[in-house]
Amino acid sequence: MTTSKASLNVSGDASEDLNAAAVVRSELAHAAYDSKIEGNVIITRVDAAINWMRKNSLWPMPMGLACCAIELMATASSRFDISRFGSEVMRFSPRQSDVMIVAGTVTYKMALAVKRVWDQMPEPKWCIAMGACASSGGMYRSYAVLQGIDQLLPVDVYISGCPPRPEALIEGLMKLQEKIDGEESTVDLKSESLVS
Amino acid sequence: MNTNQAAQTVSEKFEGSTVLEFRGEHTVTVALTDFRLVMEYCKNELGFDMLLDASSVDNSGDDPRFALVYELATLDDSVHLRVKTHIAECEEVPTVSDLWATSDWHEREIWDMMGIKFSGHPDLRRILMWEGYTYHPLRKEFPLAGKPSEMPDVAFTGEAPLEGGPFVTSAGAGSRVKAEPRAK
Repeated sequence: MTTSKASLNVSGDASEDLNAAAVVRSELAHAAYDSKIEGNVIITRVDAAINWMRKNSLWPMPMGLACCAIELMATASSRFDISRFGSEVMRFSPRQSDVMIVAGTVTYKMALAVKRVWDQMPEPKWCIAMGACASSGGMYRSYAVLQGIDQLLPVDVYISGCPPRPEALIEGLMKLQEKIDGEESTVDLKSESLVS
Repeated sequence: MNTNQAAQTVSEKFEGSTVLEFRGEHTVTVALTDFRLVMEYCKNELGFDMLLDASSVDNSGDDPRFALVYELATLDDSVHLRVKTHIAECEEVPTVSDLWATSDWHEREIWDMMGIKFSGHPDLRRILMWEGYTYHPLRKEFPLAGKPSEMPDVAFTGEAPLEGGPFVTSAGAGSRVKAEPRAK
């Protein structure tokens, strides 16, 4: 904006006043129509903006433990293409991930390793329990299998299926996006900064 | 040498061993005291170069309680022989991991799952469950649902909800509906 260049002459005569006013008008009119910023300004709430950014760039931490991981891979590849929903960046490092997709049977031997990876993920983070095994132990009512990953970490979305089809995983991801859309992000950020 | 000849040779050489033939498969059951000698004989004299599998059975209530089953074969796959031996709960079995290296891990699995000890084994650690887990899950007295245990920073276990199970299919029940898995 360039309005600061135009200053009103308060002590001059009438014609000078008129001239100055015309200059201001023309400059204001020029400033109001700036083709460079037209369409680039959006007015919104901070919550909505933050949630919009978060939900459309959910980077998954693929915790592939069994056959569900095959469907997870299919979801990532071109036929189903999870990148349409902003989640194509599978990072095998928990430090760069937003959502952990627990895909498969969690054995007791693996359980604490899954928990450790979850603990290494930075906030805000979400968890999808993909398939029957991750959700409830599935058909493995067994001495060796953890009966649902929700015993160890908070799960946001459970996906049924054995294994679920890629469409189901995408549906789960969209449900998670809806959930993120309703979060009070600024309140959470403030309370986090108060705690720390 | 065919399978039948191999089985007969073993049973003739070692007193007290029995041969069972079933659908072309031959099983030699030997006494535990002879077991190591039988295995050495099979490897060195009969040319069974390969150990296909080693497993164990819990005949809970019988005496002796456990059975060990070793599946031997020649490298060209022409001759197969199954060697069985029975052992009681307190006894140890001599290892054959120096004859067939593959039995190293098989015997570790038997120790882990069934709790049968092998004397002379170079590295008898658990292989599936973790060190510190106190049970042997494939024993008959161990419940399918498991038992709670806790090893800090290593692993924990809980009891699985069986909801009236375990669910068992009925083989030969006539119809698919009747054969469906049900709690028994």
